[in-house]
Amino acid sequence: MTKVVLNRRNLLVAGGSVLTTGVLATSMPGMLLPARAAGVAPTESMSGGANNYRKGAAVVDRIGKGGFWMSGTVRRAGDGAPLAGQRIQIWAHTVEGQEHEPQSHGATLTDKDGKFRLEMPQIIPIFGQPHGHLAYDSGEFKTVFLRPVMRSAKETSLEAHFVLQPA
Amino acid sequence: MILIWIALALAIGVPVALAATSEQLAWRGPVYVLSGFAGIVALALVLVQPLLIGGYLPPLSAYRGRRAHHWIGGALVLAVVIHVAGLWITSPPDMIDALTYASPTPFSPFGVTAMWAIFIVALLASLRRRLELRPRTWRFIHMPLAIVIVAGSVVHCLLIEGTMETVSKVALCVLVLAVTAKVMIDLQVWRKRRALRGESGARQ
Repeated sequence: MTKVVLNRRNLLVAGGSVLTTGVLATSMPGMLLPARAAGVAPTESMSGGANNYRKGAAVVDRIGKGGFWMSGTVRRAGDGAPLAGQRIQIWAHTVEGQEHEPQSHGATLTDKDGKFRLEMPQIIPIFGQPHGHLAYDSGEFKTVFLRPVMRSAKETSLEAHFVLQPA
Repeated sequence: MILIWIALALAIGVPVALAATSEQLAWRGPVYVLSGFAGIVALALVLVQPLLIGGYLPPLSAYRGRRAHHWIGGALVLAVVIHVAGLWITSPPDMIDALTYASPTPFSPFGVTAMWAIFIVALLASLRRRLELRPRTWRFIHMPLAIVIVAGSVVHCLLIEGTMETVSKVALCVLVLAVTAKVMIDLQVWRKRRALRGESGARQ
């Protein structure tokens, strides 16, 4: 259960909110209550998460010249078990290109602990917020698009966490 | 007399100049840069509007100030159109989210609401004679919309992390609010004064 709360907090921070878990529980009951009822709740796609998505970005060692780290975890809804070998697509407006441009896109696979980590160029503010985009869109589980926001444009890393449910 | 013009030039020129030195510009295409500056110009025009209508910009007479207010209103519409069109070209899905009030960015609905208020005021202003709107009716329509425009623009601007430098941005926003409040108090826009109606009627 501790793990769940931590995960939620990361998600929230990614969403640019500095809220206590208590506030979260009251303001976003849909996110917490199902977790209590049926284990780990699936992650919902974030609004705007799919913007400028290019289907089928290749798995790469690094996007562009790197310098910025996108990381996170992928787990299964319900029991929260880590999911290995899942393809996570990542894109953002960076110092090397705009969101829609092919060189701004790349994908990586989760390790045996369900963790992923991909180096990419520094994300910079676009449309008023420094943010990244991540997608799980491989078919086995329901597609999820995330759009985490950096607390500051100066940060050099960003996290996003997926809890997937069967498609 | 000259002081107010210098102050106005600084209030607008400094934030624009500082935005022009932003390191963000290096990572943006020309269309995105243009649309960003169109937004800053629009905010600057929102500052000019109450100054003109309040007669705070000598030697412009009340009549000339009012004429300029109409023209600047048109320029404001143009600036907003360039701002929105440029952002649309830069990232269509993000702009569509904003216009449909489905955006994840908290500042978008404020900007979009201010945009509609600007368009409504401009449309009604251009049709004012044809619709035979009396000065009092016009005020009744324009004042709430003016407040929506000012408040919406300021909140929109303050929440954005973009090219504007923070201190000059906040200063410009505070000025916009202060000048709007002052002109509304000075012109006593909420008081039903017969004399005021007669006066504005004579000017039209």
